[in-house]
Amino acid sequence: MKLNWFKYASPVTFYPLAGKLIPWFALAAAGLTLAGLYLSFFVAPTDFQQGESYRIIFIHVPAAWMSMFIYVVMAAWAAAGLIFNTRLSSMMASALAPTGALFTFIALWTGALWGKPTWGAWWVWDARLTSELILLFLYIGFMALHAAIDDPRRADRASAVLALVGVVNVPIIYFSVKWWNTLHQGASVSMTMAPKMAATMLLGMLIMALACWMYSIAAALARVRCIILEREQQAEWVANLSREST
Amino acid sequence: MIWNSLGDFIAMGGYGFYVWGSYLVTAGLIVAEILLLRARRHAVEKSRQAQALLSE
Amino acid sequence: MKRTLRVIVLRDLLLAMRRRADVATTLFFFVIVASLFPLGVGPEPKLLRAMAPGIVWVAALLASMLSLERLFAADYADGSLEQLVLAPEPLVLVVIGKVLAHWLVSGLPLVLISPVIALQYDLPAEAIVTLLLALLLGTPLLSLIGAIGAALTVGVRGGGVLISLLVLPLYVPVLIFGAGAVDASTIGMEAGGHLSILGALLLLGMVLAPWATAAALRISLE
Repeated sequence: MKLNWFKYASPVTFYPLAGKLIPWFALAAAGLTLAGLYLSFFVAPTDFQQGESYRIIFIHVPAAWMSMFIYVVMAAWAAAGLIFNTRLSSMMASALAPTGALFTFIALWTGALWGKPTWGAWWVWDARLTSELILLFLYIGFMALHAAIDDPRRADRASAVLALVGVVNVPIIYFSVKWWNTLHQGASVSMTMAPKMAATMLLGMLIMALACWMYSIAAALARVRCIILEREQQAEWVANLSREST
Repeated sequence: MIWNSLGDFIAMGGYGFYVWGSYLVTAGLIVAEILLLRARRHAVEKSRQAQALLSE
Repeated sequence: MKRTLRVIVLRDLLLAMRRRADVATTLFFFVIVASLFPLGVGPEPKLLRAMAPGIVWVAALLASMLSLERLFAADYADGSLEQLVLAPEPLVLVVIGKVLAHWLVSGLPLVLISPVIALQYDLPAEAIVTLLLALLLGTPLLSLIGAIGAALTVGVRGGGVLISLLVLPLYVPVLIFGAGAVDASTIGMEAGGHLSILGALLLLGMVLAPWATAAALRISLE
């Protein structure tokens, strides 16, 4: 059987495929979330040092992981759009950005709520939180640039260049912030001093991370379907779509 | 079962504000994203149907 | 190749000289911002001396960023940018020339006036020397990175503020190591490490940034 990899690279064919996939990913996300929350709240033991506040870790760390993962995937789709000149790849990048930014914000918000009882301040300039903040700016820059340019193809390509410049810079930014942090604050304040991982704690984090991942895919697919319809409005196949429910 | 009562569960050893502040806001944001996506979908549908009518 | 570079640099310098006011405003902005901070945080000398490296660097960052729009805007408006992109000379070379001219006009003056600012904050002599070196290494890097942002937003509405949003996160490493170098000197420690890293970043920027800028220009001008 000859596989045509580019069969789904066209919005026309990808649209229905995405529609079929979304329910599965949504279901997986819901199931994993329930399992993860159960582990987080009913199985994982109380932490000796931090008490119950450490349970925030089960959403903070997965959100942070997703924020970084989505950025890389977004940049990869953007690169594909630049290299292969495929509209759909750029649309996927645009579809991922808001979800990635959301997880970045969640990481920052939960980080603040974790920091307050643990270190007494709503915000700590620890290396990872500060890098997350800069990552949020990178996401916002990507979305702002795309929104500011009227021509969709130019917007796609320009934000793709920005995403690639960003992805190259993220390690540099992270290491410079890490270095800056150890220099100025010493090791007293650090999100990396997480409670010693009981196996259940690690499992809880992993399951929640998987849940976030499934959710992100579902959200991105749903969003890219909207983007496809918005951008391909003139095409006949769009007009011929039977009325669908959301 | 770690919790002795529902009260204990909600109090989270005194950290209830922070723990629930985190989880509830997260849940709220996710729900908001889903609702926004639905709204976007409705808007596109409307515009698409209008477009289809026009081109008939 | 050298000839192309020379022509571009001289052309941009000539154009900048004709609009000397633009050039001067960048410089004055730098001085004003640096003078505003003491008014905000109080005149306590120890506090100011501690904050000086960060303040001077942030002011330099902001001043440098404000002048970025000028890099391609004028040429875009009168159509010469399109001609430059279509010209047989490698676009990367044109970009390097323009960035060099931009730095000579917007970055170098900041370097030269920085000792005056440093004195305002009562920085010790070694720190002033380090500041000069750090800015000398850092400001070209700011121009190089900024050029990418300027190229992406050529002709886009809201360009100035948008450039800031795009470019400031990328400036963070320069800020950290630049201010860190001066900070180290202020407390009597070695700044060589920071300056080396800054130098390494500059080399990396010189290789990668013009290429990204050229790609961005082509995208913007299609």
